[in-house]
Amino acid sequence: MKDNLVQYIFGIADNSLILGQRIGELCGHGPSLETDIAMTNISLDLLGQVRSYYQYVAKLVGNEATEDTIAFLRKEREYKNVLLVEQPNQDFAYSISRQFLFDIFHLLLLEQLQNSSDDTISAIAKKSIKEVSYHTRFSSDWIRRLGDGTEESHNRIQEAINHLWAFTDELFHQTHADITMVADGIGVDVTKLKDSFYKKVNAILLESTLNTPELHYFQKGGKQGVHSEHMGYLLADLQYMQRTYPNMNW
Amino acid sequence: MKNWPLWEVFIRSKNGLEHRHCGSLHASDATMALENARDVYTRRMEGVSIWVVPSAQITASNPDDSAELFEPAKDKVYRHPTFYELPDELKHM
Repeated sequence: MKDNLVQYIFGIADNSLILGQRIGELCGHGPSLETDIAMTNISLDLLGQVRSYYQYVAKLVGNEATEDTIAFLRKEREYKNVLLVEQPNQDFAYSISRQFLFDIFHLLLLEQLQNSSDDTISAIAKKSIKEVSYHTRFSSDWIRRLGDGTEESHNRIQEAINHLWAFTDELFHQTHADITMVADGIGVDVTKLKDSFYKKVNAILLESTLNTPELHYFQKGGKQGVHSEHMGYLLADLQYMQRTYPNMNW
Repeated sequence: MKNWPLWEVFIRSKNGLEHRHCGSLHASDATMALENARDVYTRRMEGVSIWVVPSAQITASNPDDSAELFEPAKDKVYRHPTFYELPDELKHM
């Protein structure tokens, strides 16, 4: 039971950690000062949510575990985030499309997760909804603006959406831990979010004069800990300080 | 992006107070200006309401006219309402 709960939380929290780290890479490199701060704010929101989840996991696991050992000292296979969030920034079109696809999913998930029978998880979800509502507004507005902007912005955002589309289906896959937690009333059945997700995404793409990609083969694996080639580099960055100077504080 | 117009940002720090000018930013339209203002100027709970105004819409006084506009008020202290007792409940005067 406890192990499934921990794995279930990783399945949610690791998405925010890895995406937060990815957006964090843009700090100081955003296309404009305003966008740079906006993206960094989103990253910090996500990392704040992650801390609450990991503090809870540390309590469940006991021993010497802390939020830091959980964030920094796991091996690649032990991270259970979806492949979508570890995809590289490439350019602003990719970063904002990745954000948009994840935000729509994230908000749908949290809206259900606030009804979790686990009080801690429910409380984290309730607090996160306000933040993620703003993330969704921010990224959706940018999709509209770039899609319905110039020919170049339209083409580039369409290319990014086409590329990232292959990673959307995995959002709705269930792991063994997911199924157990749904049965216990703690977890959310993500398979039931799929229709609303594609409906919402399609509506915004349509408004933005963008095409919804048609795809029959999707990428998967992250939820089982089998990640893309980008993940190792990301973790090297993320974990460097704790690996080099164990137990460091600042 | 270099062609984005400049906007002036006004933040109301608490309900009941007035909006105050707090800075400016670049944005392509009013919606983006509001979002940018939220992200740049209200990160530390500075506000409960935001106004954005295109800077081009503001008519400003000319610094060269300062002497005739403002200096005549300098020696007219009697215009300051310093001779009234203010009740304690009255804040933000």
